[in-house]
Amino acid sequence: MSQYEAVIGLEVHAELQTRSKMFCGCAVVDSTSAPPSTYVCPVCLGMPGVLPVLNHRAVELGLRVGLALNCEIPPFNRFARKSYFYPDLPKGYQISQYDYPLAVRGWLEIDLPDGSSKRVRIRRVHLEEDTGKLTHVDDHSLIDFNRAGVPLLEIVSEADIRSAEEAEAYARKLRAILRYLGVNSGDMSKGVLRVEPNISVRPRGEEAFRTRTEIKNLNSIRSLARATAYEIERQVALYESGGQVQQATMGWDEARQVTVVQRVKESADDYRYFPEPDLPPLEISRAWVKEVRAALPELPSAKRDRLMQQMGLSRYDASVLVAEKAVADYFEATVQAGGDPKQVANYILGDLFRRMKDEGRPREQIGDIPLKPVMLAELLALVAEGTINHGVAKKLLGTLYAEGGDPRRLVEERGLAQVRDEEALGQAVAQVLDEHPEEVARFLAGEEKLAQFLMGMVMRALRGKADAQAVRRLLQAQLEARRKA
Amino acid sequence: MLTDLTLTEARQRLRAGEISAVELTQAHLERIRALDPQVRAYLTVTEERALAAAEEADRRLATGDNAPLLGLPLAIKDVLTTEGVVTTAGSRVLEGFVPPYTATAVQRLLEAGAVMLGKTNTDEFAMGSSTENSGYFVTHNPWDLERVPGGSSGGSAAAVAARMALGALGTDTGGSVRQPAAFCGVSTVKPTYGRVSRYGLIAFASSLDQVGVFGRTVEDTALLLSVMAGHDPHDSTSLDVPVPDYMAALSGEIAGLRVGVPREYFIEGMQPEVEQAVRAAIAQLEALGADVREISLPHTEYALPVYYLVAPSEASANLARFDGVRYGPRENGRTLWETYKATRGQRFGAEVKRRIMLGTYALSAGYYDAYYLKAQKVRTLIKQDFDRAFADVDVIATPTTPTTAFRIGEKTDDPLQMYLSDVFTLAASLAGICGAVVPCGFDGQGLPIGLQILGPALGEEIVLRTAHAYQQSTDWHTRTPPLG
Ligand SMILES: [Zn+2]
Repeated sequence: MSQYEAVIGLEVHAELQTRSKMFCGCAVVDSTSAPPSTYVCPVCLGMPGVLPVLNHRAVELGLRVGLALNCEIPPFNRFARKSYFYPDLPKGYQISQYDYPLAVRGWLEIDLPDGSSKRVRIRRVHLEEDTGKLTHVDDHSLIDFNRAGVPLLEIVSEADIRSAEEAEAYARKLRAILRYLGVNSGDMSKGVLRVEPNISVRPRGEEAFRTRTEIKNLNSIRSLARATAYEIERQVALYESGGQVQQATMGWDEARQVTVVQRVKESADDYRYFPEPDLPPLEISRAWVKEVRAALPELPSAKRDRLMQQMGLSRYDASVLVAEKAVADYFEATVQAGGDPKQVANYILGDLFRRMKDEGRPREQIGDIPLKPVMLAELLALVAEGTINHGVAKKLLGTLYAEGGDPRRLVEERGLAQVRDEEALGQAVAQVLDEHPEEVARFLAGEEKLAQFLMGMVMRALRGKADAQAVRRLLQAQLEARRKA
Repeated sequence: MLTDLTLTEARQRLRAGEISAVELTQAHLERIRALDPQVRAYLTVTEERALAAAEEADRRLATGDNAPLLGLPLAIKDVLTTEGVVTTAGSRVLEGFVPPYTATAVQRLLEAGAVMLGKTNTDEFAMGSSTENSGYFVTHNPWDLERVPGGSSGGSAAAVAARMALGALGTDTGGSVRQPAAFCGVSTVKPTYGRVSRYGLIAFASSLDQVGVFGRTVEDTALLLSVMAGHDPHDSTSLDVPVPDYMAALSGEIAGLRVGVPREYFIEGMQPEVEQAVRAAIAQLEALGADVREISLPHTEYALPVYYLVAPSEASANLARFDGVRYGPRENGRTLWETYKATRGQRFGAEVKRRIMLGTYALSAGYYDAYYLKAQKVRTLIKQDFDRAFADVDVIATPTTPTTAFRIGEKTDDPLQMYLSDVFTLAASLAGICGAVVPCGFDGQGLPIGLQILGPALGEEIVLRTAHAYQQSTDWHTRTPPLG
């Protein structure tokens, strides 16, 4: 174990999925696909004389997140201007929150790979407006203002995170919660969710924090994990070789898998915050907080516990199912349609995930596959009632996964129903035994493993459509009868 | 002459069919052509639009349409945006800028049928007390062309005084309608902060800016305010309270009205004729039945330093958007930062830069508490002075300025002397209360003197009633500047 430990805090920016922007009526659109600067107006372009009008829906979505993160919601909120010059910032200041944020002092429980969990404290959650987006082309830059003024929630953790794995777990859990709350799609590649770790390392046992660096431009949780791990190692190596860490903003070079210095910070930035005079202070009534809290959906940890307690799932299975809201929804819909929870979990975590992985489909898109929860429930019902066995079910799954369909009709059309007629099964067993006298003799002479071979031959003769238990029973009975004969 | 009519007189004649809106507009355009080369009140004259609007007004008048301002020619201060019409805020940084939207205050006048004659000169971004800080040219006082009209709404005040508009809009951040009204001998009202929408008012200091009106009579200002006031969903700081009928408040009756006269507003060094005229005006109020008493507003002396911390702080952020990136002219440099520096460095005037630097400093880490925050605390004390005063009096009567209009160039080299010319108007702005100014005399050189009447927040009716009652009993407002 390294004699250094990492000290990490995460700063997350999540765009809020409101219909209109934070301070004007412009629509919030996918800024990676909409034609540049088409969803703009004088307000979000920062033209002279215009004024912001607060979108209360953004506050409500922010409250949801604050409450889901177990934060206190102060009754008095206000906005502040954060001043700096940059071409993607139309007004030359960003309307943000400074001394009176929306939510403070919360915590997030993260699930670690070893099955344990840990609480990471949340320092603050505040509202602000997003900037435009710059694209650098040759020697000039283009600005797309569609994103300017989109409501943004900044979620700042305490520096409670101690490894890249924990950072990853935090990001995954937070993203899951944002999706459960319906406030953000969690798509880091589109920039609607941006996770920036602040990283320092220190010898174990040292109390004080050392100089930290911040990593920007991470476009996936995987990049976050890798960049964090890399940066920790880089800093440790620096100290071990007698060097010093320089306070800097780092970027992640995806191709080379290394962090690179983007900007060295010699002094703290001075954003000259002051209360936004164009917006009156925002009072958050206790009644509103109560209302938002009451309307919160079941969150991943609670859902995991319920799946364990009510449905008898293992902690691991339950954790994986709830990690993506779409997967949890799919699971619950299948159970709702009559599927046995454990069987459903097995099918989702096994076959479905494998097939999705093979086609490169992320888990959050499980709702889009042609195999719908009702179909999976029906398929499992066919197994439960003995019409088909699991082998046939898994073959059918391939068809249903690709094309969807009515499992019961497919079984009929393809003649896949199990042979359950005892007489027919008995005849098939007798025929196999007659055709393999040598193997039967060896079995009777004590080579018991040949029973499995004979079993396979019977199943093959029945083209797999037999109830394996019945076949095994009949096979044993007939073998015993021949032993006695 | 048609241009000698007051707004309300012109309205009666238009409705009676005695004159047409086109005639009335033509008369003003002709007077602008004749006099504005000397006065230089207008940055832009929108002749074609004005005539088209007047023709439309005549058509509507013929159908009996009684929109409150139908066919009445007005001037608009150039810090208020007007769709399709160049709006510069008196700054070279917005040279040629044509906004795609109209300020709510202007929009309400236009919807009430007003005819816009053009955009009037102002100190750059309303920062100044003389219009000498305009990025384009200096406006001259119609009473003495060698003197300033006051500022920052000097263009609008001069236009009304010179009969080049029946009325006008200005804006007031620390006295920018009241001081020029006093200097130009016209009437004005500075509404309560939030009474009129700021949407489309190119911000100088957001917590202080308020749209005001100029007229030759208090009645005219009441009419304009009635049309313009009221909540605007585009301005979250606009007050959502009903707008009274300000015309109906002009009863002429002030018997028993309690008038406070703050001792802090009669200072050493003020022009004796100004003090005499204001004292005489207060005596006149008493003669009309008002109950006059001396009061104290003990934090008055801090209004100037507080104002010059709060306003520049807000301005330093408000003016950050003028970077040459999205609109307005751009002075190209080799790098982004050089472009910023060139655009802002070459196109902002000296006073604007001075205030941006003051504000940037006051908001900087390590200075914020000592300057901005302290100023906000003292601002609260100033507000409390007024709260206490208005518990005992209905209105407060004071001089508007320590002197009459000064000479062009007299104070341009001494910013502090310039700032002192607003010393009687700043406190009311900081407190967010309302006020009116009416002419109350002339000095030995024939320059107008103004009486300031302050009222509590949303006290426009009582302020207007007092100002009107005074005006009805005097004839200062009927005098005409000695122009061609
Ligand atoms: Zn917009």
